[in-house]
Amino acid sequence: METAGSTKQPGNPLWLLAEITYKCPLHCVFCYNPIDYTQYGPELNTDEWLKVLREGRELGATQLGFSGGEPLVRDDLEILIAEARKLGYYTNLITSGVGLTEKRIAAFKEGGLDHIQLSFQDSTREMNDWLSSTKTFELKKRTAELIQKYDYPMVLNVVLHRHNIDHTQQILELAETLGAEYVELANTQYYAWAFENRDQLLPSRDQILRAEDATNRFREKVGNAMKIYFVVPDYHATRPKACMNGWGSLFVTVTADGMVLPCHEARMLPGITFPNVREHDLRWIWYDSPAFNVYRGDAWMKDLCRTCPEKEKDFGGCRCQAFLLTGDATNADPVCDLSPHHHLVVEAVEKADRPMLPQNVNVKPILFRDDRTSRTLTAAKDKTAVPVS
Amino acid sequence: MATPTRVAFDHDAPIELAKYFRFQWEPVQDCHVLLYPEGMVKLPGSAGEIMKRVDGSCSLNGLVAALATQFPGVDLRADVIDFLEVAHGNGWIHETTR
Repeated sequence: METAGSTKQPGNPLWLLAEITYKCPLHCVFCYNPIDYTQYGPELNTDEWLKVLREGRELGATQLGFSGGEPLVRDDLEILIAEARKLGYYTNLITSGVGLTEKRIAAFKEGGLDHIQLSFQDSTREMNDWLSSTKTFELKKRTAELIQKYDYPMVLNVVLHRHNIDHTQQILELAETLGAEYVELANTQYYAWAFENRDQLLPSRDQILRAEDATNRFREKVGNAMKIYFVVPDYHATRPKACMNGWGSLFVTVTADGMVLPCHEARMLPGITFPNVREHDLRWIWYDSPAFNVYRGDAWMKDLCRTCPEKEKDFGGCRCQAFLLTGDATNADPVCDLSPHHHLVVEAVEKADRPMLPQNVNVKPILFRDDRTSRTLTAAKDKTAVPVS
Repeated sequence: MATPTRVAFDHDAPIELAKYFRFQWEPVQDCHVLLYPEGMVKLPGSAGEIMKRVDGSCSLNGLVAALATQFPGVDLRADVIDFLEVAHGNGWIHETTR
């Protein structure tokens, strides 16, 4: 496998993530779409997406993810799936299931969709009572039945945070009731909306340990019938994740408005002009665009990372996290305990360890992702125009 | 890819690709590949030639015979067993159930 630590010609992308719309019927507090998603231009039309799919396949991408927002909002998804299958992609649909009808799933199957990953939202306005509400349980049950009827594996993704992580056992029990074969318990990653809500969402270390215990007990109970992945939050680690396996190494994301990114968060980074599929082809973008080359190799690294023996392993971590926490994307990811900024992560974790009593916290109200909040936050950031720290 | 574990199976039983796996030629990789949810395994050279014949009706013994016709004078039996037992151990193939 090519690594981003070398200066030779990068390998081809293997993963194309098509964020075909920023529209979404849900309002999740941990959404990873950009805060200012309301500011972006018109969505790519069907023909423009078909061109993206062809160019991605010519580059050698084999895995394709349809995501969003909620990809089911687009009524041309059937056309895109059928074309993706013809081109030879292994096609994954990443969805909340809201809007999935039998007619649509039948058309997806017919068109050759390979795989569905169903995310279960929580702490949204619509579904914050999801563990007890009959109405939402019925919706999930119907969706799960459709997925099984059309012979897809039941793959559930649940985003964990401070307000639901103590329900890990109930979440797993619900997953079992729905016939889940794979469950990913993914702790929130703190970008975009989740970063705005971080003080509300970051669980304490005790909560994480209890959730891991509950997961292990459940694994013992169900054995191989259900595979459970527990993704530990990186704030609690001492070395950064090998984010995207390195900048411009395997992954390419195309956003609803046609911007091409090395990861789905990168458009937040200042000073980089990300190319658009309306103006350039994917081959030029992947191999030659300044944006895709800016953090390849190690020339951009500061001494701390460039001289580190682990740079080939984690590539200095995540550029977006470095920017969000330190204001400079070329710093080491502060998750690394060798980083001079590691205290920023430690402080956030320590704050999360304190009980949420009024005298301990000055927590702002939790923000739901919606168009109005997006516009308000965007206007406020434009006014201050300094990086958040 | 996980560490290969070899798992033996009946050499006369028809074998098929496991559910959700897809086998195809990949021009950019210049080899055959197996695709599955969120992953890909490259099967260069003889691995691809062997997997090409896993069609749900052919057994390991049948597959060895077919390869012997195509590549006369080469005894591929040991290679076929090696590869298919690893493929079986990885959950890529199993005895035909459908």
